[in-house]
Amino acid sequence: MAEEAIELAKQPGEFRKKALEILPDGGNLDLCFTCGTCAAGCPATGLADMDPRKFLRMVLLGMDEEVTTTPWVWMCTGCQRCIYACPMKIDIPRLVYLARASWPREERPKGIRGSCDAALRNDSGSAMGVAPEDFQFVVEDVLEEVKDTQKGWEKLEAPIDKKGAEFFLNQNSREPATEADELIPLWKILNIVGADWTYGSKGWAGENYCMFLADDKSWEHVTRTSIMQCAELGCKVYLNTE
Amino acid sequence: MADDLRFVVKSVVGEENFIDMWPNKSNNYCCGGGGGFLQSGFTDERYAYGKIKFDQIIATGADYCIAACHNCHAQIHDLAHHFEAKYMTVHLWTLICLSLGILGPNEREYLGDDLKEVNMPEE
Repeated sequence: MAEEAIELAKQPGEFRKKALEILPDGGNLDLCFTCGTCAAGCPATGLADMDPRKFLRMVLLGMDEEVTTTPWVWMCTGCQRCIYACPMKIDIPRLVYLARASWPREERPKGIRGSCDAALRNDSGSAMGVAPEDFQFVVEDVLEEVKDTQKGWEKLEAPIDKKGAEFFLNQNSREPATEADELIPLWKILNIVGADWTYGSKGWAGENYCMFLADDKSWEHVTRTSIMQCAELGCKVYLNTE
Repeated sequence: MADDLRFVVKSVVGEENFIDMWPNKSNNYCCGGGGGFLQSGFTDERYAYGKIKFDQIIATGADYCIAACHNCHAQIHDLAHHFEAKYMTVHLWTLICLSLGILGPNEREYLGDDLKEVNMPEE
């Protein structure tokens, strides 16, 4: 509860203006009933003294300072349950994303920023900074070991940059970087069902922390690198494992 | 999609071994691993957020929780550690390969002792 009355005339409301610009046609934030269904079903309710309804009210009341500085926006995962539950289908996560983007980049959470920066370091797009040649080495090394030591898998494949493959598959960096044996089960399943698939030497990493960082330009760069590799190889379907 | 995945899971573990959580499907709660939360540095808040998912898992009484993605896997695995629970957190690919008898000896990191040696492929 506010300690004193909120004087609307004194609120800047710049954030609200920005929010209104991205609303779809016919959209109107005043549609909020303030029913609280969003807050009741949100696991982030109460963290940092915030909840989805309160956040939306603050946006509407033009309370820029509160909206653009609350660390709560980094505790919302963007799961969209609030939209699902909302009788008016208001997209609160989109406002959370906008609030994240309003933070100076260097003040956004270090861990998320570091993961995004690692993804920008080379063409992998990997939040763990795994370089394309290292990815290729790990995949080939693990594959050879399976073929040599596991009966019946002498012809197992894990292609990289196979032109014209049906499926372009991306891969979370965690396996190649820290637990390579966990790569194998999915390869076996794809092999058994006869899927024609490939990884890409570029844009193979599935995670995208630049999106979580609300860094639009970098997010697009990471995504575009991956999609372009898929297109370059002539693959028909992009399989996102995340 | 939600029903397709239930078909797969039931086929793999057997209908009698599948326990759905509540609430489920679109009414379910996020585990708190996504959106960058794992890397945000707000660890206490992440555990507070994840307590809902943790309680849901415990309420099922299940020995294994299947996570659909890496963020979920990391968070749900960490919740068990943090709140000192015994359930195991597995990727779906692990159980699919286990049920087919093609899960190699080094691919069983996330299986508990009850399944570590089950359906081991011939050398």
